[in-house]
Amino acid sequence: MTVGALSGHAAIAGIGATEFSKASGRSELQLACEAVLKAVADAGLRPSDVDGLVTFTAETSSEIHVARNTGMGELTFFSRVGYGGGAGGGTVQQAAMAVATGAAEVVVCYRAFNERSGERYGLGQADRPMDVSADRAAYAWMTPYGLNTPAQWVAMFARRYMHEHGASTEDFGRVAVVDRKHAANNPAAWFHGRPITLEDHRESRWIAEPLRLLDCCQETDGGQALVIVSAERARDLPHPPAVIRGAAQGSGTDQHMMTSYYRPSISGIPEMGLVGRQLYAQSGLGPGEVDAAVLYDHFTPLVLPQLEELGFCATGEARDFIADGHLEVGGRLPTNTHGGQLGEAYLHGMNGVAEGVRLIRGTSVNQPADVRHALVTAGTGVPTSAVLLGVDH
Amino acid sequence: MSGHQGHDDHGEHGGHDDYEARLRAFVGGELTASTPGPDPVNQPMIRHWVEAMGDENPVYVDQEAARATGRPGVVAPASMVQAWTMRGYAAASGASPSARRGFDELVGLLDEGGYTSVVATDSELEFQRELAPGDEVLVREVVEEISAEKKTGLGAGRFVTTLKTYRDQRGEVVATQRWRTLRFRPARSEPAADTGTGTDTEAKPPPLRPRPAINQDNTFWFEAAKEHSLRIQRCTTCERLRHPPGPCCPECGSLSWDTVEASGHGRVYSFVVNHHPKHPAFPYPLVVALVELAEGTRLLTNLLDVAPEDVEIDMPVVLDWLDADPDLSLPVFRTAVTEVHP
Repeated sequence: MTVGALSGHAAIAGIGATEFSKASGRSELQLACEAVLKAVADAGLRPSDVDGLVTFTAETSSEIHVARNTGMGELTFFSRVGYGGGAGGGTVQQAAMAVATGAAEVVVCYRAFNERSGERYGLGQADRPMDVSADRAAYAWMTPYGLNTPAQWVAMFARRYMHEHGASTEDFGRVAVVDRKHAANNPAAWFHGRPITLEDHRESRWIAEPLRLLDCCQETDGGQALVIVSAERARDLPHPPAVIRGAAQGSGTDQHMMTSYYRPSISGIPEMGLVGRQLYAQSGLGPGEVDAAVLYDHFTPLVLPQLEELGFCATGEARDFIADGHLEVGGRLPTNTHGGQLGEAYLHGMNGVAEGVRLIRGTSVNQPADVRHALVTAGTGVPTSAVLLGVDH
Repeated sequence: MSGHQGHDDHGEHGGHDDYEARLRAFVGGELTASTPGPDPVNQPMIRHWVEAMGDENPVYVDQEAARATGRPGVVAPASMVQAWTMRGYAAASGASPSARRGFDELVGLLDEGGYTSVVATDSELEFQRELAPGDEVLVREVVEEISAEKKTGLGAGRFVTTLKTYRDQRGEVVATQRWRTLRFRPARSEPAADTGTGTDTEAKPPPLRPRPAINQDNTFWFEAAKEHSLRIQRCTTCERLRHPPGPCCPECGSLSWDTVEASGHGRVYSFVVNHHPKHPAFPYPLVVALVELAEGTRLLTNLLDVAPEDVEIDMPVVLDWLDADPDLSLPVFRTAVTEVHP
């Protein structure tokens, strides 16, 4: 793949979020509207300027409800991306393509839910309603055996990764510790002021061995929105543009939802490697030029193969990369500087894209020096996506 | 293996086939002849029942409230229908020995087969009309089905399905009840690793495992499992095996396929030990394994006879079967090294 037409054409000009809580006390639509209005205001625009909306197929507040409630008027582009948390970067890609082709001029990507006080994904799929769809039938191979929840699905990969690469649960724990260290500094984070130690991790209860409680992200009520415009227009808006250097989706060979257990190897995340190769090809950049990252951390174990698939270290060496402190501010690849989904909030990864924007603006609460490019990934174990954001030239 | 022990037990009593035939003879027959309940429908029993159940609907106790709903007067809760015909604690009450001969004979035959314990597993009621004080209720019970021996978490047993028909003093049907019990041989020294509430033998049956979503693409696999056959889908054009199954071969695009029987040998490729959240159908900690079959495909399954701390990747395992309930049989695995060959 050559450097594509997408790179550099669009930028994220606005970000906005609600507070992150365990019980928002208001509707998911209201959360979506609040986040969208804040993001549009952050971009220095008005709702009536918006002509495109992109969200997740998992979103309950459709584009039309958000548009009519926030006073957007006419829309020329609306689109959705599937596969749960794998959608985040995909929404930005949709928006960037729409802007690059002229399908829309101001596109808002949003995601809002009462995931903690409403439908909790962590409870799993065991007793969901039956139908004859291929998606529902796919669970027939898991739920009758009691393999029902995201933590359990990830644990199967984690066990095999440990076996093949000699990693330990402590290696997973280090991801949680660095996330919570960053969250402790972040007033917007649920775990603000509450760092943990490796010992805390070791003493936390088993959820699905080899995953402990502190390997699992929290559940959150909240909303997050992003405003995408052309890079040219972004230069006239209040904040420094976070230019979209790359945005890509990936679904691997023999892909399943969180349970791609039937491939020759299950210790990697080939769909993330596929996304990474596209990002680097689009941008003309390589992993050596990525200065900070937001890596999807619904569960700590899958942060390790992400580092490998994206080229930050060799296969099987992520545990050493992490143990050497490279995810810390001041390390080789400061990661999840907002606290990640373990520390800040579980917003299906959209809060991570917002942190990528802050890293490029230079406004993260844990801002590393000299960030020119930041890479943000979406959900792991599912068809996924990512964005590579950069400072304006 | 407990399944083989079960067949030996039958052998002591004149042969497996003969026993099956004697059981089969009960299907379609009368267990209990039409027998009236000890008391007619009456207000005191209704009141005790609704108080015990916490049901505050006034149509069961208040004439005026009942009339306000268009009823002629108070009615009995529909689900009390079985209560009107239950035997009392005194041996003399309930059906006469001659009326319940079929029941006593079937229980005796099940006892002979070693199925000495019982739990109720299903009750499906259909109501035709409401009962009111003064009505009399009679019940007749016939056998609909007696299953082959199934291995369950409580022990090996047979599901006995009957149909109870409730009639009033005029002979009109007021309700029917499909009633299913598990008559089982209590598991002996084996740890109750198969289900969540194996230690809870006298209480309610364990909740059912989550139902698999069955559609046109996977029904063959679950139907074969009911017959204790582990099938692997095979493309009839290029002969590639695949699991989980699907309608189209990813290798050659062919839509034609058949299946092969798995040898039942495999190795643990990966596994998890589940602790939280707990689903009521399962024991915890629960081992779920990804087993790579000798044929090369993998499948998710449970490991039954191994402690979580003893499971290892690459451990050899062999196929066994779990009859989780009358509608769900699943391939499960045991450690190959500890298998006893008689």
